[in-house]
Amino acid sequence: MAESAHSSPPGNNEPRATAGGASADAESPSTLVTARTWGDVTEPKRVTVPAGLWTRCPSCEAMLYQKTVEQNLFVCPDCQFHFRISAGERARQLCDQDSFEPMWDKLAAVDMLGFTDVKPYKDRLVSEQKKTRRPDAVVAGSGYIKGRRIVLACLDGQFMMGSMGCVVGEVVTRAIELATKENLPLVVVSCSGGARMQEGALSLMQMAKTSAALARLDAAGGLFISLLTDPTTGGVTASFAMLGDVIFAEPGALIGFAGPRVIANTVRQELPEGFQRSEHLLKKGFVDRVVHRHELRSEISRIIDFAGK
Amino acid sequence: MTALQGNMQPTYELEFERPLIRLEKQIEELEASMRAGGVDIGPEIRRLRESHTAMLRKIYEGLGPWNTVKVARHPGRPQTGDYLRLMFKEFTELHGDRHYGDDPAMITGFGRLGSHKVMLIAHQKGKDTKQRIACNFGMAHPEGYRKALLKMKLAEKFNVPVVTLIDTPGAYPGIGAEERGQAEAIAVNLREMSRLRVPIVSVIIGEGGSGGALGIGVSDRTAMMQYAWYSVISPEACAAILWKTGAEAEKAAEALKITAADNLKSGTVDEVIEEPLGGAHRNPAVAADRLEKWITQTIRELKRFKIENLMEKRFEKLRGLGDVTEAAGSRQT
Ligand SMILES: [Zn+2]
Repeated sequence: MAESAHSSPPGNNEPRATAGGASADAESPSTLVTARTWGDVTEPKRVTVPAGLWTRCPSCEAMLYQKTVEQNLFVCPDCQFHFRISAGERARQLCDQDSFEPMWDKLAAVDMLGFTDVKPYKDRLVSEQKKTRRPDAVVAGSGYIKGRRIVLACLDGQFMMGSMGCVVGEVVTRAIELATKENLPLVVVSCSGGARMQEGALSLMQMAKTSAALARLDAAGGLFISLLTDPTTGGVTASFAMLGDVIFAEPGALIGFAGPRVIANTVRQELPEGFQRSEHLLKKGFVDRVVHRHELRSEISRIIDFAGK
Repeated sequence: MTALQGNMQPTYELEFERPLIRLEKQIEELEASMRAGGVDIGPEIRRLRESHTAMLRKIYEGLGPWNTVKVARHPGRPQTGDYLRLMFKEFTELHGDRHYGDDPAMITGFGRLGSHKVMLIAHQKGKDTKQRIACNFGMAHPEGYRKALLKMKLAEKFNVPVVTLIDTPGAYPGIGAEERGQAEAIAVNLREMSRLRVPIVSVIIGEGGSGGALGIGVSDRTAMMQYAWYSVISPEACAAILWKTGAEAEKAAEALKITAADNLKSGTVDEVIEEPLGGAHRNPAVAADRLEKWITQTIRELKRFKIENLMEKRFEKLRGLGDVTEAAGSRQT
């Protein structure tokens, strides 16, 4: 199995990619959602980019050559499982080579509540900053997609589960405002466990702040493409992520308001198969297209062209 | 006798109120025996009442965040239904969301409050078990949030100010709620409320749980009843995630800074409405009176603004919420 992966060069995966996207309804969800629970969201233990030469696909369990996975945009060449990727990697993947210019990357969180759970928030911030080498859970700036200039904001699931505190709220808002001012298409890639508990009610207010900024972008006739990736839940879903003029989702992503475990505990029953996955949301009308990672650049540029931006 | 008035439910006892309730029983017994026997024990009763008031003041002055949550959830605490009865001269409920079905956890309709016509949008929790189940414990579904928005747009069309009363542990986390787009319904409300062309005033009257609260809580002016709570997540859910056990809810309540005073400090609410001594459940009429005064006075103030200015102020208030530093890394050293 793994050997065949070597032979598939990057970018030359169109037929496979299409198959992965199209067959999503039929049988692949069962493979895509294998053994993945809310625990994956709350405890980011699952290694996104495993170190070493070889890595095991969490979906089909194939042993894959790390370089191959990387070159395949962190998609399993065998089963099309989409690995979680960092915000930096996301920006690199989406933008034309070297065109992404980060902005607002000096903003950092303030521990205004003096929050301590099993660990002080202050310490948590420091260790997350060391781990990810960025100040908070977002990477944003401007770049080009197939020659079209855009404003891009990507949440970073590796930093405190991509949770939205004041920094994420502020950076996303600034991105929205830049897009409004310069009449540029806005692309926001969500990857988040929701609002950040450690910043209390002010985290909640970031939902209102970003949504209010989007109202102004909307009023100005701006285009907002929202891309939902694994996972997109809680206050991020219940604000900007669901407010895209066009909403894309990567295959198999967990998308919802409440987490599956909370829901299961509330309704005390087994959740339906594929519930809260991209394909299910597509069926229910809350997502416009489920888009394979290989297709994102061309699908996004197409929408920009249709919108005349 | 204010301490014993109102629709306080004698069967429900807050643990920290037990000494109070013992005292109340004692007073009642003495009064009964005085009526029956005619012995003058008036001074004794007066003394007990005085110590009751002193005890009440002491308990409520030192009420911690977790006990505040308990007061906010007291079944005798006035809810939307009570405030409707106590404050509104007239109320025409409008049920329809035009899409899926009526959500009893969300009440909407035209009403008269003082001299103002208003559109009321409010969570309803229910008092007894039957009502609570019927109202889904105040946890609204997407259709509730969509009904709320539809009625806010109706208010906008006819230039009627919007009043929202918030009292929910959170939006309902269920299968149907997810499949019908709970997140989308709330998100759209946030965006549309930020640009609604009529004044909006909001009051958190009991529980202000997360997105379910904010989903009808974007406003020109937000107040909190003194013993309400408002935060990004309920203390139990927060404890379950961060402490891995819901049993640490008390610690979570403290860490989250959920009280009215805390929210006032962080700017997430604009004002706090003082409750009667010992909480609104001891005297719903006084609580309703204060709530009504605050709402009518605030609407009067907001009506003076040109709508464009009001919307600009509303946006600026939302835009200013959040605390960040521009110097990454330097703070933590
Ligand atoms: Zn695989």
